[in-house]
Amino acid sequence: MSESHSHHDLAKHIKVYWVVFFALLVGTAVTVGLNYMHFDSLALTIGIAMFVATVKAFLVAGYFMHLLSEKKMIYAILLTTVFFLVGMMFLVIWGRDQLPRGSSFFGSHNSSSTPAISSQ
Amino acid sequence: MDATTHAAHTHEAHEAHHEELGFWRKYIFSTDHKVIGIQYGFTALCFLMFGFLLMTMMRWSMAYPDKPIPMVGGLLEKILGADVASGGVMSPDLYNSFGAMHGTIMVFLAIVPLAFAAFGNYVVPLQIGAPDMAFPRINMVSYQAYFMGGVVMFFSFFAPGGAAKSGWTSYSPLATFADMAHRVDGQTLWLLGMVLLITSSLLGAVNFIATIIQLRAPGMTWMRLPFFVWAQFVTAFLLLLAFPPLEAAGVMQLMDNLLDTSFFLPSGLVVAGQPATISGGGSPLLWQHLFWFLGHPEVYVLILPAMGMVAEIIATNTRKPIWGYKSLVYSVLAIGFLSFIVWAHHMYLTGMGTKISTFFQTTTMIISIPSVIILTCLFLSLWGGSMRFNTAMLFALAFLPMFGIGGLTGLPLGLNFTDLHLHDTYYVIAHFHYVVAPGTIFALFAGIYHWYPKITGRFMSERLGKIHFWLSLIFMNLVFQPMFVQGMAGMIRRMYNGGATYAGTDTEVGLPADILKMNVNITHAAWALGLAQIPFIINFFWSIKKGKKASDNPWNSTTVEWQTPTPPPHGNFTKPIEVHRGPYEYSVPGHATDFTPQNEPEKSTKR
Amino acid sequence: MEIPYTVEARRDTGLFNAKVGIWLFLASEVMLFGALFSAYILLRVGALPGDWPHGLLNIPIGTFNTAVLISSSVTVVLGWAALQAGNFARYRKCQAITLLCALGFLGIKSYEYREKFGHYEVWLNQPITVKHAGKDVQTDRLLGHFTHNGSHPLFWKTETLAEKKVEAIKFSPDPIHYSMTAREMAHAKKEAHGQPHAEIEIKTADIRRLSAFVPGHGPYFAIYFTLTALHALHVLGGAIVIFYIWANTKMWKTEPERYINRVEVSGLFWHFVDLVWIFLFPVLYLL
Repeated sequence: MSESHSHHDLAKHIKVYWVVFFALLVGTAVTVGLNYMHFDSLALTIGIAMFVATVKAFLVAGYFMHLLSEKKMIYAILLTTVFFLVGMMFLVIWGRDQLPRGSSFFGSHNSSSTPAISSQ
Repeated sequence: MDATTHAAHTHEAHEAHHEELGFWRKYIFSTDHKVIGIQYGFTALCFLMFGFLLMTMMRWSMAYPDKPIPMVGGLLEKILGADVASGGVMSPDLYNSFGAMHGTIMVFLAIVPLAFAAFGNYVVPLQIGAPDMAFPRINMVSYQAYFMGGVVMFFSFFAPGGAAKSGWTSYSPLATFADMAHRVDGQTLWLLGMVLLITSSLLGAVNFIATIIQLRAPGMTWMRLPFFVWAQFVTAFLLLLAFPPLEAAGVMQLMDNLLDTSFFLPSGLVVAGQPATISGGGSPLLWQHLFWFLGHPEVYVLILPAMGMVAEIIATNTRKPIWGYKSLVYSVLAIGFLSFIVWAHHMYLTGMGTKISTFFQTTTMIISIPSVIILTCLFLSLWGGSMRFNTAMLFALAFLPMFGIGGLTGLPLGLNFTDLHLHDTYYVIAHFHYVVAPGTIFALFAGIYHWYPKITGRFMSERLGKIHFWLSLIFMNLVFQPMFVQGMAGMIRRMYNGGATYAGTDTEVGLPADILKMNVNITHAAWALGLAQIPFIINFFWSIKKGKKASDNPWNSTTVEWQTPTPPPHGNFTKPIEVHRGPYEYSVPGHATDFTPQNEPEKSTKR
Repeated sequence: MEIPYTVEARRDTGLFNAKVGIWLFLASEVMLFGALFSAYILLRVGALPGDWPHGLLNIPIGTFNTAVLISSSVTVVLGWAALQAGNFARYRKCQAITLLCALGFLGIKSYEYREKFGHYEVWLNQPITVKHAGKDVQTDRLLGHFTHNGSHPLFWKTETLAEKKVEAIKFSPDPIHYSMTAREMAHAKKEAHGQPHAEIEIKTADIRRLSAFVPGHGPYFAIYFTLTALHALHVLGGAIVIFYIWANTKMWKTEPERYINRVEVSGLFWHFVDLVWIFLFPVLYLL
């Protein structure tokens, strides 16, 4: 990469790095702090935790990894990847939800010491 | 900075440096893509033969169950021990491990390395006008990882308890409990081997994609790439993104085997009458999802390079452009994309609900469309062609109907209501072997006959080639055609005695006698198929020294790999390549010759 | 012919080769960790209520480790910026801090692991009565520590009791169990704060299962150790590469552009490792 960085440019970039650094620390503190609030709704807990994590990830990827100023080719590679990642995660979980009622593929352990050979 | 003088200066320094390369650096630890391609090719062909030999012994057991294997039975007993091969008779356990290893070796150690790594490594940089791959040292490491993986897989036969015997699909919980006597067993080595092979493929995929993106010669735009390069590009993406989940799953199964975890082991598991002392709470389905997430793109990895090769060979030997270049490109991109969202059609019988089953059925049906488009374009490319029926062309032509049969017979498997009947039967075996054996392997043979003159400077014998072709075509079909019938009659897979256990009698419904008798015919045809490869093997080695000498471009082909000396020197091209036209400028009206190489300079025209 | 674009960017893509290569590699790593996260989700969703351990990891230590890794990420990018400005000494200082942070992260992780290997769960044949948050509770599952011959053993399992011919263990149960909700656990911990640890004797014959917090304990610890160990291996690998570049300074004098590219590419890998932890930490420690 033979971009000639002027002193000015670099100083600006460095300032951004420090801002992102503090933002990341704050984000971490927020996540942990919220954790101590013990929400009753599971969806809300997961939602908030993932939202904060995604914001932090965006900051690292966008500024530290320079994705915001990166070239189209890299975006193409990453978007393709993310699409398949989401597809994999979603379809695998959706599949689990689709098991016939009453089937017990997982979590069917009982606390008694005699396991039943399930007749499925 | 003057780029040319800089390049010339380092070129000289480079030259001087390279004259000092000893035997080891030149042939064993080479970073030259051509040497690495040949290394991959040779190793892969050895494994192809080894996998084939495993099958010939399995077929004996199916046709003549519980009888000692002639010629090699005694050897088997001596090498593998009397508990699996006593008296030269193949035990069911041995049959299972031969079966698991046959699949693993053929897919991961033979076809993918040959189709993708060997041909890709040798041909792709040449076809795009590049001096080498983008990362030559990573290329070398990638081969070494493959080689190590092969060594581990080979030696797993000698592990306590024998090689892996839970299918090439290694389903849990069987994969963890198949051999309870040994912790580090053949299955463990299988998993370790897979980790090495996956690493090799990942490194290779990064290299291929970066090379095709970055190292295309000036003028080699995306839509001027030979279709073979497009096919390899998509294949590399499939390997890059689909293999890591299997690597993760492999690590997890290793932990199940070695560290008593229960990633894939459900609660309440009872093995051999005893409750398993595991924590439970895991999911066998999770393994299947992660395995097939790779497994399905993997089969497209097996076929796409073959399609690419066939396109090149058809164009060269019909003296016509390939019909529908744009359709081919968009179709191969569509196949790549869709192949990631069809995997659960391998899991229709796991009790999945109707919604998800419908989803996968739909995507599976859709993915057949671009496949048909590609096949149609290749068929249409023959129309009006001035055909040269050399051996390469014969194999390429045969690929078309053979892959057609394989593809069409996949349709009942992709629809879940017919798959209910056909799942895990011999119909499945027939289907996928048609696609890979008279499909991909024929394309690979075609590629070998086609590119042999560029690699060695000599032709392979046409007479031996044609004997090889006709015998292989006949016996391939004799081996796999009857299996469709067997499968539809209900004969299931992985039975060491060919289904004799389920033979129908006067009082019990079972497999009909004529279905079981087919096992004998198939076995004989399989051995004949093996014998039919002998002309090829002789031809392959004999022609290196004694084949008819070939010029630099003996087939009068347009693509850039033929526009360089034979064999290509280190750095590939003696002068920089500039591309001026598409890859299939054959029989252009008004031209003196019936082909125009991609890099031939434009004739000056007064405008 | 030399391989082009090893240093200067290719015009139509705007990238040099190694940058394309590292992003492709990172794409494959996204799928690798993504598959493990998928496994986590599937296993957790499939667990019976009360069966999924939570709240057992040390959050202050994990938070500190997160801060350590984030710091190393900023020093990596500051080091690269220093190189672009030609300030080699500054780059070396920044990377030194990066490497120290990496070592710190790994050290803290090792401490956490060891702590887990000596922390146990015992499943009993019959429920017994213990005090949780001041109240009497009937339970057949206890978390806690035990001593044997005066020391705290690691890695014991049910079979170990028979092997070592141990008839009974002195067990200090924790005031909490993961079958409680997070709120209940916080409450119980507060109630028990400052109280002496009660020790009870449990006979081997009453124990159905004994396991430390090891991968074999259950799906939660299995996926916890797999994810964090794989991540730690990546931290180690990245640190080794950064160290190798940091130590071999000759290229800065002979081919500075190429050196800067190497620093950038290894930095991208390092940021990815940080990225993975940004998701690992809340998912494993907090949720």
